[in-house]
Amino acid sequence: MSRLLICPPDYFDIEYEINPWMRRSNTVDHVSAVRQWHGLMHVLEREVGAVLERMRPVPGLPDLVFTANAGVVVGRRAVVSRFRYPERQREEAYFEDWFRSAGYDVVTLEPEFFFEGAGDLLGFSDCWFGGYRQRSDIRVFPLLSDVFTREIIPLELVDGRFYHLDTCFCSLSGGELLYFPAAFDTDGQEVITERVPEGSRLVVPESEALRFACNAVCVGKHVVLPAGCPETERQLQSRGYRTHPLPLDEFMKSGGSAKCLTLALD
Amino acid sequence: MTTAQETIVLRGHIIDSLILAKALDLILMMGGSFDLDQVEIGRTREDQSYARIIVRAPTLATLNHILRAIQPHGAVVEREYDCVVQPAPADGVFPDEFYSTTHLLTEVRLNATWVDVQRVEMDLGITVDLQRMTARTVPMADVRKGDLIVTGQAGVRVIPLQRPRERDVFAFMESTVSAERPHSHVIADVARRMRLLRDERRGGSGQAKVLLAGGPAIIHAGGRDALTWLIEEGFIHVLFCGNALAAHDMEADLYGTSLGYALTIGHAVPHGHAHHLRTINRIRAIGSIRAAVESGVIKRGIMAACIRDGIQVVMAGTIRDDGPLPGVITDSMQAQAAMREAIPGVGLALLVASTLHAVATGNLLPAAVPTVCVDINASVPTKLADRGSFQAVGLVMDAASFLNELARQLGRSM
Repeated sequence: MSRLLICPPDYFDIEYEINPWMRRSNTVDHVSAVRQWHGLMHVLEREVGAVLERMRPVPGLPDLVFTANAGVVVGRRAVVSRFRYPERQREEAYFEDWFRSAGYDVVTLEPEFFFEGAGDLLGFSDCWFGGYRQRSDIRVFPLLSDVFTREIIPLELVDGRFYHLDTCFCSLSGGELLYFPAAFDTDGQEVITERVPEGSRLVVPESEALRFACNAVCVGKHVVLPAGCPETERQLQSRGYRTHPLPLDEFMKSGGSAKCLTLALD
Repeated sequence: MTTAQETIVLRGHIIDSLILAKALDLILMMGGSFDLDQVEIGRTREDQSYARIIVRAPTLATLNHILRAIQPHGAVVEREYDCVVQPAPADGVFPDEFYSTTHLLTEVRLNATWVDVQRVEMDLGITVDLQRMTARTVPMADVRKGDLIVTGQAGVRVIPLQRPRERDVFAFMESTVSAERPHSHVIADVARRMRLLRDERRGGSGQAKVLLAGGPAIIHAGGRDALTWLIEEGFIHVLFCGNALAAHDMEADLYGTSLGYALTIGHAVPHGHAHHLRTINRIRAIGSIRAAVESGVIKRGIMAACIRDGIQVVMAGTIRDDGPLPGVITDSMQAQAAMREAIPGVGLALLVASTLHAVATGNLLPAAVPTVCVDINASVPTKLADRGSFQAVGLVMDAASFLNELARQLGRSM
């Protein structure tokens, strides 16, 4: 059973520009966005079998819909995010309230330690990876390593279009890694090749990486990903995964896709 | 030459992630250098690692540039503190937690400013003057009650030895001692430096002095003429020795013997064993070595050359001295102080055939002074290294052979 935190897109819009994808002039088609979001939730609930935990949307917080950035959850412990940009810092209190009301043991970080939740912290059972340089501060990973008693390997994100780790790196349930190497510096690429065996590394072509093929939700052998990534789907299918391509382009206007719209709770 | 430095720390899974390597690469690529002051590597995958790194750069601007580049990778500038001082509780006594010096360049932080510690020397304390913002080393015996003495490690930083620009034997900065090592290139490097220092002094472009600390084996083994020549030619400027070297040098002048052995024919002469005593007695009767040389009683040799050429001589006595000669300092603390006074300005040190004087001189020398220790017994340079003078190059060879070869390379015709 997989539980995911989600937040309906009632107030989703582009009201500011804090990543290279966001253009205030690029108007969100609200009806389409709502339809796409519900389509995603339908697949997650009905086809993938995930249990969805909804939090209430808040007027004036257009990005609250991207719950991957709420924090990171392991067991009953949740570390709440500290956003780099003031525009999203207002979300922190709402995410923290939700974690508390759901009974989590909440850990808060000092304000100067930027950390954008599961957007920048992903991995496998024995080893986690932390994306830094664009949004999260590398200094947060030693603290999280203490909190969760896990190894956390920092990876420098060098391409502003892939501003969170979950935009270019997706760990799959079978131990494979879907990723776009050029989003990392050479050290990061070397570390990934050290840690993930060659046969388990699925390299996404640039054209599909730019459609956020890596911003996928993997539950068991199901992978939900944005539509228009045939090569990625082919690779996933060859490894025995069932792919669920979905139109999510309204959310791409804001620099987010399937994974950004969910937070794994266990 | 390094002028700016800062200590940074990196923490986390910095080894496997190549974060440490990346930070170090950045430092080097941007024109800085670093010393890994402390590295603790986690024993398991979950364990984090820790590195404390001293970053150096030729200018403050470059240093700041480097710090800005490595901070996004987790480098945190270590908080700095002023050094902690306590008054000396009594004359000749340091406070309990006094900082014990090394022979490396050292700085202390006073009122948020890093200040050089004057008179670098190992195994001393540091006293500070907060009004003048100065700091200097102080021997235990010289401290006075109430002097402010640096305690603990906070606010003290030691600057590791920079590799000299010259690509000679001293550039390795390691006191490997081996009897099997070829000597000629070491002696050639020493000769090159001595010629350079003499030429600089003569040309007025430098003031660095060459110090020779020697034992009486120099005379016994037949190195007297070579050393005399080196002094007369202006290659040596300070001489540390004991009673014996001076006594046997003058014995050789007066009697042609060294400890009773005829230097030219190589065997003991009748009643020769008393020659050094008669020599000492003669000089005592005259009143001083200087008077003996100036009156023409002592005509040639090391001491005569020292007097004539104005070489600074410190003669430190020992417990088994005969006489001693006038001028030998028999209070060992006074002798140590006199030697210490002669150290500033020394740019090259030759420690030849004397365990006692080699170790004593080694203790007084800053690590930045190139040092050669020559002894026929490998234990002497080894002992010197064990006592901390890691910069000394050890040469296991006979004193006379060393001095003769050195003089030959510097132009003496045999």
